[in-house]
Amino acid sequence: MNIQDPKLSARTGSIDMAHGGGGRATAELIADLFQHHLTNPILDQGNDAALLPPAAGRLVMSTDGHVISPIFFPGGDIGSLAVHGTLNDVAMAGAEPLYLTAGFILEEGFPLADLERIVISMARAAETAGVPIVTGDTKVVEKGKGDGVFITTTGLGVVPDGVHVSVERAKPGQAILLSGNIGDHGVAILSKRENLEFETEIRSDSAALHTLVAGMISAAPGITVLRDPTRGGLAATLNEIARTAKVGIHLEENAIPIKPDVKAACELLGLDPLYVANEGKLVCFCEPGDADAVLAAMQAHPLGRDAALIGTVTEDDAHLVEMETEIGGVRVVDWLAGEQLPRIC
Amino acid sequence: MCLAIPAKITELDGDDMAVVALEGIKKRISTALVEDLAVGDYVLVHVGYALHKVSPDEAARTLQLMAEAGVLQDELDEMTGADQ
Amino acid sequence: MKYVSEFRDKDLAKSVSAAIRREADPGRTYNFMEFCGGHTHAIFRYGVQDLMPDNVAYVHGPGCPVCVLPVRRLDDAVEIAERHNAILCTYGDMMRVPGTKQRSLIRAKADGADIRMVYSTLDALKIARDNPDREVVFFAIGFETTTPPTAVAIKQAQKEDLTNFSVFCNHVLTPPAIAHILQSLDVQDLGTVEIDGFLGPSHVSSVIGSKPYEPAAEIFGKPVVIAGFEPLDVMQSTLMLIRQINEGRFEVENEYTRVVTRDGNLKAQALVAEVFNVRDAFEWRGLGTVAKSALKIRKTFAAFDAERRFEITPKQSREVKSCECPAILRGVKKPTDCKLFGTVCTPDTPMGSCMVSSEGACAAYWTYGRFRTKAARPQKEAAA
Repeated sequence: MNIQDPKLSARTGSIDMAHGGGGRATAELIADLFQHHLTNPILDQGNDAALLPPAAGRLVMSTDGHVISPIFFPGGDIGSLAVHGTLNDVAMAGAEPLYLTAGFILEEGFPLADLERIVISMARAAETAGVPIVTGDTKVVEKGKGDGVFITTTGLGVVPDGVHVSVERAKPGQAILLSGNIGDHGVAILSKRENLEFETEIRSDSAALHTLVAGMISAAPGITVLRDPTRGGLAATLNEIARTAKVGIHLEENAIPIKPDVKAACELLGLDPLYVANEGKLVCFCEPGDADAVLAAMQAHPLGRDAALIGTVTEDDAHLVEMETEIGGVRVVDWLAGEQLPRIC
Repeated sequence: MCLAIPAKITELDGDDMAVVALEGIKKRISTALVEDLAVGDYVLVHVGYALHKVSPDEAARTLQLMAEAGVLQDELDEMTGADQ
Repeated sequence: MKYVSEFRDKDLAKSVSAAIRREADPGRTYNFMEFCGGHTHAIFRYGVQDLMPDNVAYVHGPGCPVCVLPVRRLDDAVEIAERHNAILCTYGDMMRVPGTKQRSLIRAKADGADIRMVYSTLDALKIARDNPDREVVFFAIGFETTTPPTAVAIKQAQKEDLTNFSVFCNHVLTPPAIAHILQSLDVQDLGTVEIDGFLGPSHVSSVIGSKPYEPAAEIFGKPVVIAGFEPLDVMQSTLMLIRQINEGRFEVENEYTRVVTRDGNLKAQALVAEVFNVRDAFEWRGLGTVAKSALKIRKTFAAFDAERRFEITPKQSREVKSCECPAILRGVKKPTDCKLFGTVCTPDTPMGSCMVSSEGACAAYWTYGRFRTKAARPQKEAAA
């Protein structure tokens, strides 16, 4: 729907219940804010559903809800995070992402200027990634029933023939590669958290990894597992894989890349970087013979410059993740019950 | 217990507060518990307070003792031709 | 990181480990209690045990202020937040500790209580300034390391006339606890726990100095080595303890000389003495009642004492029945000796504080070394 003279002033004012009513206010919001910034041929069809051309291969679909707070943080915001997050979920299946959707649940009173900032950020992220947001939805809830804004994104992609990336393909002997420094995102978020503030140049590593994945698959189509270690950090991801694939994992602490500042922030707050969230990193399992080629492909890509071989898959009935520590001892890297909290003891 | 970390003083203000740096991380902390601090000193930081100055000489001495601990073993190994 | 990374060096670790293997007498065992939870944490997190010979072992002590806080006091803190509508400021460590009926601060927060996690008393003071019409209570826990910052906060509150700020004081003292353990029946008569020496607390000692441990070492004839928290510090201190035992000495030695002196931080000690005095007795979870082992706020600062300010209902607090935290805190039992460990009691569903505190023995066993023997096996095979 193209409204010539939108009455909506996106720069002042805030969301009210009328915006979710389905009437003219809703239409104006969609046209002036969402469609205006996210414009692309499919979205501009103007229908509730997006009509897509046939896909050239096996389909992959993934969905994510985003409820992060703070909404704006160094290196990104809830919008760019949502776009990158879903693109990455699709990429972790070895797929090329093709389309995205975006659903918004807005709290009454949410500033329109903030919403516009978020939508612009999503538009930029989608454009940079080369993947359009083709359909979406907006709802409004009463004040107190939402945390500003919740965003749900779904991604659709296609897996090239000959590629079969799936957790159960993890087998003892395979190499484990990590695409870069851990902990950036979590530390960036914490640095802004009330009652914990500290000054740092660390920014979230939020990024779309699908072109990195494409390069890796080119180098070795036989890659077995791909995962992005988000909430719960590297430790959670590796434990999930070990548990599901019924294998063990052995890591070398000295091989895991981490920025000195991130390490320092974790020391200050008593956090273990292995459990801190990332939003632009991936782990890859592959046959030992492919490891060099995949590592080279990663390091050749801007998002994989600090990629490293960090461990191997082992045989272990207990499905544990073990790590040789900095001093040469061994510890178990367990799966944390909940969120890791800063400590003083 | 008592997570405390050595950090370098980069700024001192008159009001018993300071800025410390740990690599590139900077944090404002209280210096109410320590006297005679200068920019460049390292202090032990716990729950937002400097607790004690870190002595560079003692740190070096401790590392030296640790290194020496194994020295005799190295010499013995050399003498007997044993692998480490 | 300066003064940190050097003390995690692999080659240095090999060096000290070799010395320990050489000097430990194969004809005996050495059991050292690391008093501090921070040392328990370091030992597990770095796998220090893997670098020790089989006859050297660590017995985990009660130096975890979160672990030894009686359930009743935690229930009181929850009450202050819920019944009195105060903003309760707490260190992160306390958030998940289960109180009576598994009620933790994080549960109370989910139910609507205004409980805020802070990194420092400085943050709590700020909250008090920013919320002049609300009561702001700081939940103070910790040994002598954490007490001076609370003292400074109370004095600052007095200086600024922050009438809405108060402290719920649960600070405890280390030397009485060490003496209590050594005195207890388990050690002396029944010989259930063999403790040949102590790794003394690192940062507590930076405040109180190494002097306070001298009477205990002499009376009980056990060596004490003040040890830093880095893994190399723990190893070097273990070596020093082994040497003392081999030479028949029982002195207080200091490995952590870069921040610990015999007298400690006199300024901090003076501030603490100004603001607090010693309670006649205090109940420690696990150790029972220990005389003169905890602090309360002096009358001169009564206005900032949450215990005087708020009416707190006397409680019949209950621990979980089969929870072995008391025995584990005294080093008498291992986490694996507890019926609940790993079954009913896990970090997901903690029954006692030893499981939920990041440096409780149970949490350390679970997080770092649940299947210890398997994890250690490849290392030992390599060394053989």
